Amino acid sequence: MADHFIPDLADRVKDHAARKAALRIRGGGTKDFHGARLEGETLDVAGYAGIVAYEPRELVLTVKAGTRIADIERALAAEGQMLAFEPPGFGEAATIGGTVACNLSGPRRPFAGAVRDFVLGTRIVNGKGEDLSFGGRVIKNVAGYDVSRLMAGAFGTLGVLTEISFKVLPRPPAEATLAFEMDEAGMIESVNRWSGQPLPLSATSWEAGVLRLRLTGASSAVAAARAKLGGTEIPDGTAYWDGLREQRLAFFAGEGPLWRLSVAQTAAPIALGPPQLIEWGGGLRWVRGAIEAARAREAAEKARGHATLFRGGDRAAGVFHPLAPALAKIHRRLKDAFDPAGILNPGRMDNF
Amino acid sequence: MNATAKPAGNHERRAEVSSALARRLPAHAVLTAREDLFPYECDGLSAYRQTPLVAALPGTVEEAAEVLRVARETGTPVVARGSGTGLSGGALPLADGILLSMGKFNRILAIDPLARVARVQPGVRNVQITEAVAPLGLYYAPDPSSQIACSIGGNVAENAGGVHCLKYGLTVHNIQKVAALSIEGDALELGADALDAPGYDLLALMTGSEGLLALLTEVTVKLLPKPQVAQVVMASFTNVEAAVDAVAKVIGAGIVPAGLEMMDKMATAAVEDYVHAGYDLEAEAILLCESDGTPEEVAEEIAKITEVMREAGCTRFAVSGSEAERLKFWSGRKAAFPAVGRISPDYYCIDGSIPRGALAKVLRRIAELSKHYGLRCANVFHAGDGNLHPLILYDANVPGEFERTEEYAGNILELCIEVGGTITGEHGVGVEKIGQMCAQFNPAELAQFHAVKAAFDPPGLLNPGKAVPTLNRCAEYGAMRVQGGRLPHPDLPRF
Repeated sequence: MADHFIPDLADRVKDHAARKAALRIRGGGTKDFHGARLEGETLDVAGYAGIVAYEPRELVLTVKAGTRIADIERALAAEGQMLAFEPPGFGEAATIGGTVACNLSGPRRPFAGAVRDFVLGTRIVNGKGEDLSFGGRVIKNVAGYDVSRLMAGAFGTLGVLTEISFKVLPRPPAEATLAFEMDEAGMIESVNRWSGQPLPLSATSWEAGVLRLRLTGASSAVAAARAKLGGTEIPDGTAYWDGLREQRLAFFAGEGPLWRLSVAQTAAPIALGPPQLIEWGGGLRWVRGAIEAARAREAAEKARGHATLFRGGDRAAGVFHPLAPALAKIHRRLKDAFDPAGILNPGRMDNF
Repeated sequence: MNATAKPAGNHERRAEVSSALARRLPAHAVLTAREDLFPYECDGLSAYRQTPLVAALPGTVEEAAEVLRVARETGTPVVARGSGTGLSGGALPLADGILLSMGKFNRILAIDPLARVARVQPGVRNVQITEAVAPLGLYYAPDPSSQIACSIGGNVAENAGGVHCLKYGLTVHNIQKVAALSIEGDALELGADALDAPGYDLLALMTGSEGLLALLTEVTVKLLPKPQVAQVVMASFTNVEAAVDAVAKVIGAGIVPAGLEMMDKMATAAVEDYVHAGYDLEAEAILLCESDGTPEEVAEEIAKITEVMREAGCTRFAVSGSEAERLKFWSGRKAAFPAVGRISPDYYCIDGSIPRGALAKVLRRIAELSKHYGLRCANVFHAGDGNLHPLILYDANVPGEFERTEEYAGNILELCIEVGGTITGEHGVGVEKIGQMCAQFNPAELAQFHAVKAAFDPPGLLNPGKAVPTLNRCAEYGAMRVQGGRLPHPDLPRF
């Protein structure tokens, strides 16, 4: 099946383009809750799975988009390496293609980079059914526009991801988690100040008056930072960070709406009412509870960021933050440039 | 030196466009006299020269918008230029176009130490940012070797790298937001003050777009805490393969060095003669491997690197014992281009990027081609990330030598593609490598690039003809390769 997968997929896309019939791209289906509308006949890409090439000493990994994140992490761990953006999966069946398409990065993001920062190349089938490759398998590459990174966060609306190359990194040998009792404003000040110092920070999380800080790096560096920062070392650190990345912590439990406010890391506390969990050194503020969309957006803008209705809630008012008109115009044209028939995941990004 | 033939009616066009500009800009901001235009004829790739129709030097965003308005209303192409240090001809003027210099946009607008960002105008020089924030214990990581001269706007346009990319990333990883003007007159904000922005990642698309999508007017760069300590290891090897193997073993040992550079024997001889840093002239390859971070991290890494280099069979080995010695070890690598410039009347720098596993093969082939073309080639190499900079030595005054050099270079680039690499790691395509783009991308991929441009620049007036070849051009390129691979750029000026 694998040999025919891309030509068959391309034919199917061509056929749908000719009929202007929507396709709903689906990997593991673990992110169906995320994004706006799900429309069209299912285009299952989970079957196109496996590692195409992995050269640990090159720090480069190429995988088929349907490969499960868990399988990738296992292969990397065997070589002492990792995907440094710590991809959240939200389920066993999560695929790397879905994670890239949804632009999901975990707790390490502010210190290591986002999924798009580690994408080196992609192979896609665009909305015309053309099998295209961009970027490559080398760390530095400036030939042509960076269409590969454009695919990160495009929710499949510009093309069906079939293969992706990543830069991978060695897994640091030592890790420690410290806890501090701190109010929100004090936490924002502290984590930003520490981020400006040469400390081996790799994650921050604050909820209910407690800041958790993860240190990762050479064991001597972690020990020195621990001595310098103080706080209380907590023993179950790894489990906590996994719980945060997969949203399994108590904060995320239940079916209520979850707002994601991505704001300036130094933005002052945002009073909205429902409880908040703040990670990414102050840059990512999860708000758990029903708030009016307009209010969430206004608050996010004031904090120099944007608000997304990440899970649940009333999705009629749109899920993503509205774009400035000049940008919306370019988005519309880009969508037409990749998918002129408008058949790839239409409406998944509200208007695209 | 030939310039391309000027199209008929050039005088009338110049009068029309310059008077339209003069109506909207201060008098000193519009240049039309030949002697005033001379400094803008080329960028860092001086083998290609062209006098623009007119040069505009706006001083404010409003004036820059007026230049774009004139371009739009008169249907005149625009080539934006920063410091003009680019090595691929990206800022080469067009005979019928406006050369838009961003040189007056040279102010650092704001520095926020807590948020670790600086908002700067595009004409600010790369090193100026680091100098301005050094007292705060911060720095801007990308450090292309031209950093004392190159502008941040140009860095964004080319997605510039440097010797510290493997650990700290390229320009695209170190900027947070840009402001730009579209050819349609819209003010665009791409990226955000937050760690991500809604919608498509247009900031990624803009970075490395070589001035073809929009005109940059402001850049928000990320600043990093300055590492407390840096130390460099210098190791000699009696053959290139052993050095390549040592590089792989360093990475395999779980180390991401702050810098990992290699020089071959010819490059070493050239730089030693220039900087007298005490390089090992017997070595076939020299590696420079830097570790930075906290004192504890660096001590741990240097110990590991030392062990790996010894195991890999290095013949000479030294660790910098002081900051002065560290800078001395680096001095030759940083001065490699001018050093080679001293041993040859001219040199041609190549920028291919390859999977490191193919390095030994590629270097062997480069040496064979060197014999075939009768041209010397010195190799410096960002070994950690696979970015090669072979420097072909030639003499432009010897008839035919530049043509042979370009052909040699073209062969090396195609070799890079063949082993799974790319024709440009950090210098950009510009006019220089536009032919080889046809070898790296198929017609559907090139058509997709053109469609991306059209989404930003529907009239096609921003730096047209650069970076992405037309399909017609590729048909010609393909035909030429079939006919024996002579002269990849027949319509471009040459010596």
